[in-house]
Amino acid sequence: MALNAQTIEQVRDLGKYKYGFETEIEMETAPKGLSEDTVRFISAKKNEPEWMLEWRLRAYRHWLTMKTPEWAHVHYPPIDFQDSYYYAAPKSDDDRPKSLDEVDPKLLETYKKLGIPLEEQKFLAGVAVDAVFDSVSVTTTYKKQLEDQGIIFCSISEALQTHPELVRQYIGSVVPYTDNFYATLNSAVFSDGSFVYIPKGVRCPMELSTYFRINARDTGQFERTLIIADEGSYVSYLEGCTAPQRDENQLHAAVVELVTHDDAEIKYSTVQNWYPGDEDGKGGIYNFVTKRGACRGRNSKISWTQVETGSAITWKYPSCILQGDNSVGEFYSVAITNNAQQADTGTKMIHLGKNTSSRIISKGISAGKAEQTYRGLVRIGPRATGARNYTQCDSLLIGDKCGAHTVPYIESRNRTARVEHEATTSKISDDQLFYCRQRGIGAEDAVALIVNGFCRDVLQHLPMEFAVEAQKLVGISLEGSVG
Amino acid sequence: MTQKMLEIKDLHATVDGKEILKGLNLSIGAGEVHAIMGPNGSGKSTLSYVLAGRDGYEVTGGDVLYDGESLVDLVPEERAAKGLFLAFQYPVEIPGVTNMIFLKNAVNGVRKQRGEPELDAMEFLKFVRVKAKALSMTDDMLKRAVNVGFSGGEKKRNEILQMAVLEPRLAVLDETDSGLDIDALKVVADGVNALRGPERSMLVITHYQRLLDYIVPDHVHILAGGRIVRSGDKGLALELEERGYAEFVDQAAA
Ligand SMILES: Nc1ncnc2c1ncn2[C@@H]1O[C@H](COP(=O)(O)OP(=O)(O)OP(=O)(O)O)[C@@H](O)[C@H]1O
Ligand SMILES: [Mg+2]
Repeated sequence: MALNAQTIEQVRDLGKYKYGFETEIEMETAPKGLSEDTVRFISAKKNEPEWMLEWRLRAYRHWLTMKTPEWAHVHYPPIDFQDSYYYAAPKSDDDRPKSLDEVDPKLLETYKKLGIPLEEQKFLAGVAVDAVFDSVSVTTTYKKQLEDQGIIFCSISEALQTHPELVRQYIGSVVPYTDNFYATLNSAVFSDGSFVYIPKGVRCPMELSTYFRINARDTGQFERTLIIADEGSYVSYLEGCTAPQRDENQLHAAVVELVTHDDAEIKYSTVQNWYPGDEDGKGGIYNFVTKRGACRGRNSKISWTQVETGSAITWKYPSCILQGDNSVGEFYSVAITNNAQQADTGTKMIHLGKNTSSRIISKGISAGKAEQTYRGLVRIGPRATGARNYTQCDSLLIGDKCGAHTVPYIESRNRTARVEHEATTSKISDDQLFYCRQRGIGAEDAVALIVNGFCRDVLQHLPMEFAVEAQKLVGISLEGSVG
Repeated sequence: MTQKMLEIKDLHATVDGKEILKGLNLSIGAGEVHAIMGPNGSGKSTLSYVLAGRDGYEVTGGDVLYDGESLVDLVPEERAAKGLFLAFQYPVEIPGVTNMIFLKNAVNGVRKQRGEPELDAMEFLKFVRVKAKALSMTDDMLKRAVNVGFSGGEKKRNEILQMAVLEPRLAVLDETDSGLDIDALKVVADGVNALRGPERSMLVITHYQRLLDYIVPDHVHILAGGRIVRSGDKGLALELEERGYAEFVDQAAA
């Protein structure tokens, strides 16, 4: 608590700070626009230690010198960063829909198809949830179980209060605040996110998922997640949700950092289903994410599995830095774009240690007039003797107005490395569709079945409960793609 | 006169604007097995696709009645739900979709259209295993992707498995015997015969009379030039084997 008091002191002393701290605490929303004051406001609001504020400010000042990246194969009008709010307190229940009757019936229809329980539907649709579901009892049971094993799992704001030294040691150590335009912006103004620490030798006894889903509410548009697996530990982490999530913020720029020490493993699975916008892409989310894992220790492993079906624009390259000898990086991805969606996604595997290996399986599906790009980098450093990479990149096109592009970059600076790349592009054939339909499977179900088959190598890496939902989601996101 | 299960009346059909079926007539009663023989390119597979409602196969004249109702305006899955099954001359591969999942989707697809509840997963698994075993198909084959990497004969056997599981009322078998070794032919024929019954009819397309030794037809028809040019009993198949198609093709051209 001493720390909090100290922060408050500091904020008070800042001559530049326009608003008195006392009045600020009542304000629920930061003033519009982005300035040092906004950054200070956010940090103060969260009672952050001084070093955190300093770090945010450094990021902000660096961000001012940067330009929006334009290399990705996506198109959107310029974003006016002064025309946004960067901090809003969680909505009070008064502002939420009172019941499901007030929620968009189309959204509810989708929830129904996904078989999402009613209580959870309310939560996802942002309905003021009744005490039973929202009660801390569920979470405390989990928390107790985790705490008994020394696992820390909480919001990053909370971790900054309870374990500031751990956060300080690792934050920005994988994705530095100078990394790229959106990661730098995130570093300056991140709202909240998850923090996970698995101590030495501990195998996390559960998928960190249900818990997350219940707590993910209002983490905001600049989410920041930090997961550390200490020596010999293991954790499987599930992010996101198969149900389309509503959000009023158009720009989402998250940062996820993973660190594995010797013999540790992190399995990180994502189902991303943000609102894609209407058929012309209007109103959809821009999802510009920086996700990176560092295999610091020997024999450590980081595995990314993602199913990307949402957002108007996705810009995302979960990557692995394979520093430790014998470390392993994996990337399994399904990306589906329909209607006017655009996705530029892929991975980077940076081999630094000896005998490091990586495996990339990417399945891209385009329908409607959607555009999709796989962009992958495999870099083998001079010390990475015996490094291996296998990349398989398959695109499936539905209809003839969509596009798929594959951009693999391979840079090898070690002669002993072996890098393999395979790529295919195919279409759902009339033969396959007719065959399914002759057997009684309706046209849309047939497309879903064929696409799920196409994605099988990736979907089977998802944890069971997620895989089932993801399969349904594949079907739903392609609805209307056959005439 | 009792109503036929299938009545094809003066059927004309085009593919890519080219007329392939040119006034075809054929009636099949409940429980009957009819065989169609005919030279390459005479329109046998085309007939099977037209019956199944494949896109691009346009009916330009005549009608197809099933239980007295026209099929012509129904989409393929609706026809399947009514009990029509087509064993493909060239079965299609579906990568990543296991046979088991495919069968489940097919059965539930039909049940959904009929307003019946989905089958219990465990019960269904047992049911399929029994059917597969009868066709000498291993569990391993049920776990493999539909027709991917299957040998020609295995693909044909897989078609019959699907038929056995779907229990159609009218089955069209398009050259199911081609590519089968002698033992497999027997297994497949046994599988087909096991499905024969007073309520189930079959249209068997083949080039070889040998199949008809195992699946004995009630009637044999010769299709040439997009029409049935001759019908008879199983003796007609034997006659064909001896004399070839020459005289019938001439007849069609006339
Ligand atoms: N898309 C198409 N465009 C033009 N002609 C076509 C098309 N599809 C099929 N045909 C023609 O229709 C005719 C009938 O073909 P079909 O496949 O029905 O013959 P079949 O009797 O089944 O022959 P086989 O015994 O070789 O299987 C053939 O001459 C074929 O070339
Ligand atoms: Mg044919």
